[in-house]
Amino acid sequence: MASQTNNPPLLEVKNLRVEFPTRRGTLLAVDDVSFDIAPGEVLGVVGESGAGKSLTGNAIIGLLEPPGRIAGGEIRLEGRRIDNLPYEEMRKIRGARIGAIFQDPLTSLNPLYSVGRQLVETIQTHLPLSAAEARTRALDLLKEVGIPGAESRIDHYPHQFSGGMRQRVVIALALCAGPRLIVADEPTTALDVSIQAQIIALLKRLCREHGTAVMLVTHDMGVIAETADRVAVMYAGRIAEIGPVRDVVKHAKHPYTKGLMGSIPSLGVRTERLTQIDGAMPRLTEIPTGCAFNPRCTERGQRCLVERPDLMAAGTSRAACWLHDRGGVGAPIVKEMVDA
Amino acid sequence: MPDGTGTQFVRLAGLKRYFDVSAPWLVRTIEGRPRQIVQAVDGIDIEIAKGETFSLVGESGCGKSTVARLVVGLYPPTDGTIEFDGNDMAARHSRSDMAALRRRMQMIFQDPYASLNPRWRVFDIIAEPIRAFGLSKGKADLQKRVEDLLRQVKLTPADGRKFPHEFSGGQRQRVSIARALASQPEFLVCDEPTSALDVSVQAQILNLMVDLQRRFGLTYLFISHNLAVVYHISTRVGVMYLGRLVEVAPTETLFTRPKHPYTRMLLDTIPDLDMTGRQRSPVAGEVPSPINPPSGCTFHPRCPFAQDRCKAERPIAISIEGGTVACHAIEEGRLPVEERTYVANS
Repeated sequence: MASQTNNPPLLEVKNLRVEFPTRRGTLLAVDDVSFDIAPGEVLGVVGESGAGKSLTGNAIIGLLEPPGRIAGGEIRLEGRRIDNLPYEEMRKIRGARIGAIFQDPLTSLNPLYSVGRQLVETIQTHLPLSAAEARTRALDLLKEVGIPGAESRIDHYPHQFSGGMRQRVVIALALCAGPRLIVADEPTTALDVSIQAQIIALLKRLCREHGTAVMLVTHDMGVIAETADRVAVMYAGRIAEIGPVRDVVKHAKHPYTKGLMGSIPSLGVRTERLTQIDGAMPRLTEIPTGCAFNPRCTERGQRCLVERPDLMAAGTSRAACWLHDRGGVGAPIVKEMVDA
Repeated sequence: MPDGTGTQFVRLAGLKRYFDVSAPWLVRTIEGRPRQIVQAVDGIDIEIAKGETFSLVGESGCGKSTVARLVVGLYPPTDGTIEFDGNDMAARHSRSDMAALRRRMQMIFQDPYASLNPRWRVFDIIAEPIRAFGLSKGKADLQKRVEDLLRQVKLTPADGRKFPHEFSGGQRQRVSIARALASQPEFLVCDEPTSALDVSVQAQILNLMVDLQRRFGLTYLFISHNLAVVYHISTRVGVMYLGRLVEVAPTETLFTRPKHPYTRMLLDTIPDLDMTGRQRSPVAGEVPSPINPPSGCTFHPRCPFAQDRCKAERPIAISIEGGTVACHAIEEGRLPVEERTYVANS
């Protein structure tokens, strides 16, 4: 979608690297990640814990936790470089141009202030409105995110709301200044299944109405399948596969994505056993040479052990796997697999 | 007991567990506040046959974990009985009889980070039940048993020397499973065993649980909020809402012919991975507080089919299609059974 239009992308991430200096050497947590998001598009970023998906999101909103730092690459929002801005400059962009929604709605709200006060403060920080106007806007936002009895609820404190309602307040906060992009990091993970569906529907509706682009970071393939236009699958700090959501979900090109889809229990067919990917994602200190996925891969060849694949065209998607290169994966590996 | 054959392995009858969450006595007296009681489990009946996997599903706060803890005896019930292989667990047993019964049931907890002692080596964690129940004949036998258990959960004997922090979440859950198997139980209560794990690791653990069940003829009580997982692993499923069991049915029946309106609602919340464009209707409303549950059928404030009777009278479970449903609309025949089909995920 983004590649076909001539409009400049809203967000461009190029060769992003995030590293953590530690006593035992520097860990590369996000390694050479590039993607872009078109205006109004929902990009899903999916992966297992430790894949670097949240760090990528945090790098974009400029909230990397020290000692984590951007070690290379660039991030551009509407053509303007934002990864090297001074803290105060970035603060003006965060909230105004980029909104953020985090996993736990209780920790993203200040328990000491009423939700109305938090909304008004955010609105007045970014928009030139009087206190009364800001309050009216806050009230409108609360109504828009579907909080019943918004007139009385506006003066309530976060602990007086249920989890689902709190997440609605957080969404209202993120929308305060009319951002062009929202980075939503596991927005539904802490919520019950019936509430999850409500929040996803709300997020989809609001983004469509406001034309806001969303970077949706989650480990839940189901949420991605329902919400995203395109999806990026991350593994060990790199993008393993990126493409239109339908193609990635139904016709995965990377062996990791295939395994991931197979390991999700499916309704309709009851199988004895689920497809499983043996082993676990490597720790950052033990990323193997060549393709990071090769020790768990059933289709690997000699080339995968030494040469690291970059994203290459694979049908309508792009995958970082030698299977899609003209050279192939190289000679088969005769040695028996380590883990049975 | 549906057919009176007496083959039920685990039987819960009229099981209740209330928690007193009142403010302290002094505060109550000064401020004139009443006592507050959470009806976490409010009268449920479940029968589990030997060798089957019975799952309990529901949203957080519906009491499913409380049931798990009641069954293994971590909480005493407020009312009702728990029978295990014909023995009433509340009856007076001698210490040794009780230990013999306890040995036959074990529990696997949700969080593999919190349920393993960080200061113990894995060998000692797994050896603990064997030592506690006096099952081994000397040191060499203990060593051999622990090594066998580690192999059964696809770890290596060398892993016994490590500490829990040296393992990933999935491996830790394998250690929990090995510990649960150490006393050679027949019945395992699994409280959200895969909720803290990534999907690819979840698949490994579910496969392992199925393998072990077949190998040792285990009976599982499986607690989960993930319907896809429940569909995959269960023989029969019970749906809980606010401390009550609203529907019990064989897995296939529950998913293809759901009866209770709450079951239908839960099925609607399963994300559509097949991209069939199936419209999900997000349900309005949230689970009410179990301190003051709604009158009559507790689901009536969220139920699109509720009538006056639902507000006044608590529905009684009726038998239907090999399962039970507690719903006035189904009982009166004004709500037809819904047929659902799923497209296989290719």
